[in-house]
This record gives sequence, C-alpha cells and structure tokens, in this order.
Amino acid sequence: MKELLSGNAAIARGAIEAGVTLASGYPGTPSTEILENLSRCKDVYSEWAPNEKVALEVGVGAAMAGARTLVTMKHVGVNVAADPLFTAAYTGVTGGLVLISADDPGMHSSQNEQDNRHYARFAKVAMLEPSDSQEAKDMVALGLEISENFDIPVMLRITTRVAHSQGMVELNEPLPREIKPYSKDVKKYLMVPAFGRLRRLSLEERLTRLKEYSETTRVNFIVPGDNKVGIITSGISYQYVREVLPGASVLKLGLTNPLPVQLIKQFAEQVQTLYVVEELEPFLEEQIRMLGIKVTGKEMFPATGEFSQGLLRSKFAEAGLLTAQPREDWATGLPQAPPRPPVLCPGCPHRGVFFTLRSMKLTVTGDIGCYTLGGLPPLEGIDCCVCMGASISMAHGIDKAVPGLKEKTVAVIGDSTFLHSGITSLLNAVYNSSDITVLILDNRTTAMTGHQDHPATGRTLMGGEAPEVDLEALCRALGVKQVELVDPLDMAAVKEAVNTGLAAKGPSVIIARRPCVLLKRESKPVVTVDQETCNGCKVCLKLSCPAISVSDKKSSVDKTLCVGCNLCVQVCKTGAMKGGNADA
Amino acid sequence: MLKPINVFMVGVGGQGTILASKVLAAVALKMGYDIKVSEIHGMAQRGGSVVTQVRLGEKVYSPVISEGEADVILAFEKLEALRWLSYLKPGGTVIINSQQISPVPVLAGAAEYPEDITGKIKERVADLQVLDALQIALECGNAKAANVVLLGAMAKKLPVDEKIWRDALADTVPQRLLEVNNAAFTAGFSA
Repeated sequence: MKELLSGNAAIARGAIEAGVTLASGYPGTPSTEILENLSRCKDVYSEWAPNEKVALEVGVGAAMAGARTLVTMKHVGVNVAADPLFTAAYTGVTGGLVLISADDPGMHSSQNEQDNRHYARFAKVAMLEPSDSQEAKDMVALGLEISENFDIPVMLRITTRVAHSQGMVELNEPLPREIKPYSKDVKKYLMVPAFGRLRRLSLEERLTRLKEYSETTRVNFIVPGDNKVGIITSGISYQYVREVLPGASVLKLGLTNPLPVQLIKQFAEQVQTLYVVEELEPFLEEQIRMLGIKVTGKEMFPATGEFSQGLLRSKFAEAGLLTAQPREDWATGLPQAPPRPPVLCPGCPHRGVFFTLRSMKLTVTGDIGCYTLGGLPPLEGIDCCVCMGASISMAHGIDKAVPGLKEKTVAVIGDSTFLHSGITSLLNAVYNSSDITVLILDNRTTAMTGHQDHPATGRTLMGGEAPEVDLEALCRALGVKQVELVDPLDMAAVKEAVNTGLAAKGPSVIIARRPCVLLKRESKPVVTVDQETCNGCKVCLKLSCPAISVSDKKSSVDKTLCVGCNLCVQVCKTGAMKGGNADA
Repeated sequence: MLKPINVFMVGVGGQGTILASKVLAAVALKMGYDIKVSEIHGMAQRGGSVVTQVRLGEKVYSPVISEGEADVILAFEKLEALRWLSYLKPGGTVIINSQQISPVPVLAGAAEYPEDITGKIKERVADLQVLDALQIALECGNAKAANVVLLGAMAKKLPVDEKIWRDALADTVPQRLLEVNNAAFTAGFSA
C-alpha cells in the first residue's frame, strides 16, 4: 500500500516498521513532526526530553541496553547533544541507534544554517542522507541495521525540503520489537581513559569496515547516462539534478560518511567533466578533491541558502551545459509587495511585556521561540537572540562587565526554553551573584514549534499525565531570593515588577504566566474604538497587533481577530479604546 | 502528461491551503500520478506568508517549483499573488481570491498596500480569474469553504475530469461538510 507522507511522517513510519522500542527528542523545526507522528503509535514509547543532550543520552542508554532507538532534533540541537554523540561513537551500541539531524538550509525557521554533515565526520559516526520520503523511511531501517552491524550510532541527516515535502511511500508490515540481551561490558561502555583508548582504536577499525560497506551499499549507486557530464550528489540536491539534467551520469550517495572512495574514483574515470552538487558546505567536494580528483563545485554553486531546479538550471546554463530557458519578466512595472513578516498572534498575552520593556528603554537579552518576534518592529522589545538559554547568561555577562548597562538590563525567556537550558544559566547568576532580572514568559507550552508539551505542562508526548514543574519553587531552590508572579495582561504590574527586580540586589525572577492564546482561547468581548475620542496618536500600533489598524487618522479594531486581551486599552492615552472586560 | 503540472498556492497562515493541497493529492492518486507537495512550517504559522507547492505528473523529482515554472498560481489573498507572480510560467494561469489581508507593516503605516493589484496583474497575465471566494463560500453556507471555491475555479483549468475532483473532495473533507463543500466547488467551477 502506498501513502502520501512527509519526510518526517515517513521517518516515524520507518521507526514503527523497523521495530524501534524508544524514541526521544526535543521539538525544533523542521524535525518536530517526527515524534508527533510516532506518538500516535501507542506500541512505541516516545517522549519529549527537556533538551537534545538529554534526549540523546536517553537514546544511548536504551541502545546500550539492547533496544532499537530513534532520537530526533533540529540541526542546532545537535550542538547541545554533541557531548554524548562524540563518546557514543566510541562505546557503540547494542540495539541500533539512529539520530535524526534536521538541517535548515535557507534558515526558514532557524538562527543559522550550519551543515551538520560535518558532525558525522567530526564525531566519526555513520551518516545517511535521504532525498525523498521513501528513502527517509527506508533509511531508518537501514540505519538501525548499520548501527547494529558496525556497532556505531548512525546520523540520518535530513533538510527542510525532505522533512516537509510529501511524496508517495510504500508501507510495509512492522517488524516485531525485540530487545537484544544486555551483558555488562565495561571495556565497551565505561569510558575511562584506559578503556577509551581501546575504543578509540576499535572505532577506527569499525570505520574501516564501514568504508568497505560504503562501496557496496545499495544506497550509493550510479545512474548511468551521458559520459560527458558526471554529477556526484546527495540529499535533496539529487532531485534537482535529475530534473535539470535527466541524461547526465549521476553518482547518488546515500551513505555519505564514510564515503565510498573506490566508487567515486571509478565514477570519475567514466565521465569527462565532474561536478559536485551539494547544498551548504563543500562536504563531499573537499573529500573528493583530497582523492586527487578534479571536480567543479562551490566555484559554481553557492555555499549559502537552498538549491532549486531553477538555480541549477541557470548555473548549468552559465557553464554552457544547457540553453537558458526564456522567462517572462513579470515584475517590471509592478509595485513592490510589502513584506508579511510573522508576528505575535492577536491576543498573545505576552506582547505587552515587550511594549513595556521598550517603553522603559531597557537592554533586553532575548531567547529562542515565539518571543524572538517581540524584537521586530514596531514592538522592538528585545536586543538579541543567540541560542537556547543565552538570554540569562548573556545578561549575567553584561552585569559583570559593563556597569553602565547592568542597571537597565533584563533577560526574557520562555518556559520551554528555560527548562531546556535556562536553569544552569540562572544557577550561574546565583552562584556568581549578579543582579540580573529574568522574565520567564510562561505560556504553558512550546508554542513556536506547534504546542508541544514540556516538564511544566502536566502532559507527556503520548498524552499521559505528568507532574508539573513548579517554576517558582525551582527558581527559589536555585537560590533566587526574589521570585514574583505577574499577569502579563496587567501592564502596570509588569512594569512595577521589572522596576522592583532591577532595584533588587542579587538575581530576581519575574514569572509572567498566561497560556498561549492558541492553546486556551477565552471568549471575551472585543475592543471597540470611540472614533470621537481617538486622536490618531498611533501608540496602539506599537503593540504590533494584527487586529489594530489606523485609517483616516483613527484607530480601528478588527472584530474577527480581536480576542479582547485589552492590552491596547491599557496603552491608549485618550481612553478611546474601550474594553468589554474589566478583569483583564 | 509528460511534464509535471505545477500548482503554486499562496496565502496567509490559516487560510486553508493545506486542505486544498490534500484534495489535489487525492486527485493525483486517483489518476495514478506521482505527486510531491512541499510546505514550509514554523514561522509561517504566525500570520506570515504561506506557500504550498504541488507537483503532479508521471514522475516528479523536485518537490519545489522554481521561478517561471508554475502552471497555476492559486492566490488566497491578493498581495500574495503579487509577491509570488515571478513563479508563473509564460502563458500560465492566475486565480486570485479578491480578499485583502493587510500585513502588520501596512497596519502600522510603515508600508502601503498596493492599489489595484488585480488590474496590474491583468495587464500582464492573459489568463487571470479574480473571484470573491469568501462571499461565494458564505452564499454556499460556510465562509471556511472559500478554499474549495478556489479549488473549483482551478479545476476548470486543469486536464482532470470533474468527477475525479468530486471523488477526491469526498475522500478529503469530513462527511458532514461534504454538501457545503460540493456547493462551494460547483460555485467556483462555474464562477
């Protein structure tokens, strides 16, 4: 039976078919839907971990004990999980372990576009790269087999266009889930230096065997064609190559670490001109050059952003391999379309916090999640965003280094992000006694990636009940003396709490608690604008609310979008904005 | 059909492009075609510009459509038609829902919503259809069926039997909403 599946849904299906017993991960675009899909299968245990390092360690433990295991994360999540990854290559596995790294070329929803193929080479683990949903599903099973046969973790590296594109997938019957017998083996799993050195040598031996396997595996194959042009490619780029140059000879690499050296040499000898087509870094190209083979790669194709058949067509046309296709220049004389950037949702209870911080002229260190949207104009309520948890540590750095700024710096972080990697940053601020003020905007979910549960929501991925982390008690336990709870819809209270926090000695935490508006929609009366009173000052527009607009110098509120949060009522200086709900 | 048919659907988060792509996928399945659908999730869900790309044919390699390749641009909102017009192939079809959803820079007065978008596109694109899908859907009994009105309008332009569309629709939408969606499809088809 065939079904239309996204790459992510196909990976989940692959895990079910291949007898995976346990799956763990942390949400992150474009990886999130893998575990969401898998969690619908109640026969496989799946969970959200608080962060990617924990998720991988959970996987390493399950695999050591003999279970087939899947671990999922986005590309930057592998940075967090890098510590266990490198040493898990030494220990190897008992049951197979497949780590999904979902990379995001073009940065559709990420802060960078690092090419995680380098991780496979750096950590010395095997790597598979599917180029569509069918391969994504098949490579889960293959990855688990490789992992078990070569005693090594396998990284299955996908990109956004594989993760989020749907294609036809042939479904198979699931294999039974089996646990391999565990026997204590300290020389394999206890990585003290003496045993680590042995496993270091063993790893080289395992990689040597993998290199031989790479020469013959069915996922590294030649598509025969015209011998004038030869293309070496992997992942989604394969699809663009096949579309643009249907007659060319192609070496399609599915197992890209370690590379099949003999196969590459043999292919290079068959063709007159050799190109390497790969998104992002010259990962294949540099290794092929090291074999003494002449190739054209990054001097012709960009190292940034995504590829497409259009891009390849124009590059091959420039190189004289294709004739350029005639194009209609539709845009000439047309007006420029104004941008439509993502914004905080209408009714987002936390938008007022950013308005307040900006009006207080504070330096705000921000963090990953929806709240990055609070940094865009016209809200402009945060100064920076680097990675998960950095808001708190960066504020601490400012506090310790720059006296002029420390009195007016606050950190803003979401609940899921705080639990992911904000806790240790706050611990550091307590331990090294800085005076930072941290706002935890607690919307009771992992919102940006589509509302995943986390340790403070009271629910698990599989829908079970869970203990809710008490954020206030947690912060106090870390040693924060001043912990205050505020309602982010009460802008005066938020301002007062921030002022109190800034004045306090030692670190202070303000927990602004209101669930995500998409999670819990309360039907409140919508805001109306008294057209007589409105003087067109446009201060309400600074809230960046999609429901508010100004025409003919008067504000108006879109009834279909307004949820009655009444933040605009609070910022309105003339009293023209009329809320229908007194307690908000 | 040797070359894939490329359908480029554009709109604003929450307008129902996903259902439209599901119906198209069901059509492809019924015709025995290969199909690929590409969507970008994440930031787009927060009121951003949303693009869904559908390709169907005997064999489809790339899941995405490049500039100048779309046989049809199905725009759920006017400004999005303008934004993505460069993806239309020479001689291609554009179907536009006349709904206007102003992006925040326009609401904030930092940018202008361009005037007479459909008129300007008409000067360039011979095969342009503009319809008020929201109003038509309301007349059919449910504003949410605007996406199916647009599908109906597109169905008329594609080399697929109407019956296949009807069956695909029946396979995709919930039974209790089939009647209103069938009406919406008919209204779009004859608009």
